[in-house]
Amino acid sequence: MTDNELIWRIAGGSGDGIDSTSQNFAKALMRSGLNVFTHRHYPSRIRGGHTYVEIRAAEDEVKSRGDGYNCLLALGDSFARNPQENAYYGNEETKPLSENLDELREGGIIVYDSGLLDTEEIPDFEERVEENDWHVFDIDLRGMAKEHGREVMRNTAGVGVTAALLDMDLDHIEDLMADAMGGDILEQNLQILQDAYDYTKEEYEFEHDLRVPTGDHEEEQVLLSGSNAIAYGALDEGCRFISGYPMTPWTDVFTIMSQNLPKFGGISEQVEDEIAAAALAVGASHAGVKAMSGSSGGGFALMSEPLGLAEMTETPVVLVEAMRAGPSTGMPTKPEQGDLEHVLYTSQGDSNRVVFAPGTVDEAYDQTRMAFKMAYEYQLPAIVIFDQKLSGENTNLDASFFDREPNPDPGSVMTEDEIAEAAHDASGKFHRFQHETDDGVSPRSLPGQKGGRYLATGNEHNPPGHISEDPENRVYQMDRRMQKLESIRTELDEEHETQQTYHGPDDAEYGIITWGSQQGAVEEAVDRLNDAGHSVKSIGVSDMMPFPEAEMTEFLESVDEALVVEMNATAQFRGLTQKELGLYGDKMTSLLKYNGNPFEPGEIVQGFEAEIDDSATDLATGTRVEPAAGD
Amino acid sequence: MSAFNAIGDERDIDRDEYTPGLEPQPTWCPGCGDFGVLKALKQALPEVGRTPDETLVCTGIGCSGKLNSYLDTYGFHTIHGRSLPVARAAKLANPGVEVIAAGGDGDGYGIGGNHFMHTARENHDMTYIVFNNEIFGLTKGQTSPTSPKGHKSKTQPSGSAKTPIRPLSLGLTSGASYVARTAAVNPNQAKEIITEAIEHDGFAHIDFLTQCPTWNKDAKQYVPYVDIQDSDDYDHDVTDRREAAEMMHETEDLLYEGTVLTGRYYVDDDRPSYQEEKQAIGEMPEEPLAERYFDDDYEWERSADLLDRHK
Ligand SMILES: Cc1ncc(C[n+]2csc(CCOP(=O)(O)OP(=O)(O)O)c2C)c(N)n1
Ligand code: SF4
Repeated sequence: MTDNELIWRIAGGSGDGIDSTSQNFAKALMRSGLNVFTHRHYPSRIRGGHTYVEIRAAEDEVKSRGDGYNCLLALGDSFARNPQENAYYGNEETKPLSENLDELREGGIIVYDSGLLDTEEIPDFEERVEENDWHVFDIDLRGMAKEHGREVMRNTAGVGVTAALLDMDLDHIEDLMADAMGGDILEQNLQILQDAYDYTKEEYEFEHDLRVPTGDHEEEQVLLSGSNAIAYGALDEGCRFISGYPMTPWTDVFTIMSQNLPKFGGISEQVEDEIAAAALAVGASHAGVKAMSGSSGGGFALMSEPLGLAEMTETPVVLVEAMRAGPSTGMPTKPEQGDLEHVLYTSQGDSNRVVFAPGTVDEAYDQTRMAFKMAYEYQLPAIVIFDQKLSGENTNLDASFFDREPNPDPGSVMTEDEIAEAAHDASGKFHRFQHETDDGVSPRSLPGQKGGRYLATGNEHNPPGHISEDPENRVYQMDRRMQKLESIRTELDEEHETQQTYHGPDDAEYGIITWGSQQGAVEEAVDRLNDAGHSVKSIGVSDMMPFPEAEMTEFLESVDEALVVEMNATAQFRGLTQKELGLYGDKMTSLLKYNGNPFEPGEIVQGFEAEIDDSATDLATGTRVEPAAGD
Repeated sequence: MSAFNAIGDERDIDRDEYTPGLEPQPTWCPGCGDFGVLKALKQALPEVGRTPDETLVCTGIGCSGKLNSYLDTYGFHTIHGRSLPVARAAKLANPGVEVIAAGGDGDGYGIGGNHFMHTARENHDMTYIVFNNEIFGLTKGQTSPTSPKGHKSKTQPSGSAKTPIRPLSLGLTSGASYVARTAAVNPNQAKEIITEAIEHDGFAHIDFLTQCPTWNKDAKQYVPYVDIQDSDDYDHDVTDRREAAEMMHETEDLLYEGTVLTGRYYVDDDRPSYQEEKQAIGEMPEEPLAERYFDDDYEWERSADLLDRHK
């Protein structure tokens, strides 16, 4: 943990502008030279309902939301409209203050809007403040906002107050406001910002020592989310067709693509359901366009059939699965890593697909590109699986990271000249699914190409595509399709740098294994454990299928014991590892969390120490240890 | 150089090109109406000047879904009920390709009913042929959405309590800009209607009556039929939606009473196709998207162009 860090939490009612305010605040911190990481918590409601965004900022790299936070801006929920007091959702109005106190660190700061919130209504407030040595600033943010503009601008007043308390420059915030608005609205906001800043400086004496850290970036930074990175990876890989149906949190990727594709000469289709969505992507790809679709758990379940169709017809397509807590509709706005097995094996028959699970924003970009590359080279569906956490969290990257060449190559498609040379029936039908290949890939033709006619069918078929139940052909075709996965594994191992992410000393005694979005929290935990005298390293695994057998074997061989950290109740990734390797059941213990919140690094540290000391009772609430086989 | 030279090939096309000798022989039962669709389609395609290489026939699953197995074009034999979403995306990806979708009444009005409604609503420029035999053929004779009320089958032993779907009315209300019914027993009209449907610039829905002598015994060879365009008893303005709707209702009622009316019911030549609508709002490129991947001079936009908003 860096001591010199600000973790600022803005809390209010959803619909109160928390998102835009926090986005600007995060950018301002980034522009001032800091590394930032945002975490968003929101309920599944349209208006009202307690929500917060946390921004962690430090000079050093920040990989997770951290543990707890040190500065609260509580706005009050102006949309709270409860029919009865304390009905069902509790007292919404005061939640932005009361709900957030548990995680506020000792010595932290509270700014609350005394225009909307009354501490009298919050039990034990005074005692807790005293106990925790919190510094409280009750300021009528709503009043300030009303004075120069409108009530909703109380966000701006709050930002002005925090800036004053933390000795932060207003310049970056003002610039960002000027980018986002103009005219009277801008004038009013600037006025409110300055007033709040001046008022705070004048009226209060600051006894706290929390200040905005200082930092310096070597080059220009950009702030973006996992969903942005997936969309941008797809665009750079030449994806120009997307079809979807809204479902949280997949909607983010779908929206970003829909807003940009037309400008880039592509097509976006919102269709009747997810079966159609995936089937459209298959149809577009069949006709020669790089295509993508996706959904979240329930919608992905509907895609099961078109997914199998893509496997059988060897139609390249990229599907995105943005996990949220399940089963069924589950918890729409809460992250979980519970769909791994669903994504690996859904649809009938033997799975013949690529599945990547990026762990960070930059990996989300890289692995989406790799997913397209593999899908189009090897003619099979590739799935990018991630979760609500990575989808919505923003972090900064060097702008130059995106300075990449686009890749419009449609993969193993033949030109008409090549088709003319290739095998055909005596009747002229092209042998699209020929048996003899080096790597399992038989090149394809596109409708409209001369001489490339063939039948693509979801039934088993012979080389020209005719339906066939001939046993010998069946085995040939099956083996050829499965061989593609081996070829992909070989290509990934030999030609590309590993997609797995290692952290910590090579010769460490203990290992932590994780996959997907928990990677950052695990790496922070590894650093802390090593600082505390343990000997630990981690691997963040991204390749789910084909499985990185050699790398995982090497990692597991090199440690005495390993803790597998994942956000589900049934240890799905540990199960996959055991299935794939057939070994190490007694070496792996699981640390599981599935209460709707992602791991904080401190919980992983605790889980690890509890496991080492055999004292699993000391675990944080919401986490669970699943012992190794034989334990 | 184009990557799709088959598209727009202007030569004269021999009907035999659609069935070279090595195609598998149809496995349809003797007397099956599906033969009629295959034949009519083979006659219509050269008529509209489409070569096999520039034609994509997408089918669902069922006896009807085998259509493209016996037709030497590009083909996509998809899954039960899903021919339309696959077909319409292929059309959007490469509008130069002639796209025809086909399937059974179970496939199109049952499991794929939602896709039918939405594809019609969007008015994609394609042809959709539904083989209406009022039965599930391939799975051996279960009641289908067009089976008459009271129809008994192994899965509905007491007779169906459901009113049959009205396919023509459904096509019209969903938004198809061309709706017709023809029958396998009426080959000349069938060829004419398929030709017209392919040439129609929008979603053309053909409810094609195909007898199933194997499972639908008491049916229905769909003879005698009346060609409404040739009959003085029936007359309506095919461009008038209300009149068309009336005619359809009459047709659909009469079918179950034993009077088979066929012909074109609704033709709207003015309505822009989905592709045109999308182009008008700037959400679809003028050039076929699929071509772009073969154009070495095309400047591909990059995500880096979008980074300003993230700084
Ligand atoms: C999802 C799914 N459900 C069921 C089936 C089994 N199935 C195959 S064809 C068919 C019905 C065919 O009836 P219809 O569409 O009317 O076509 P026909 O065989 O009469 O031409 C069914 C239920 C399937 N292949 N896929
Ligand atoms: S079962 Fe019926 S629909 Fe199928 S081939 Fe035989 S006659 Fe035709």
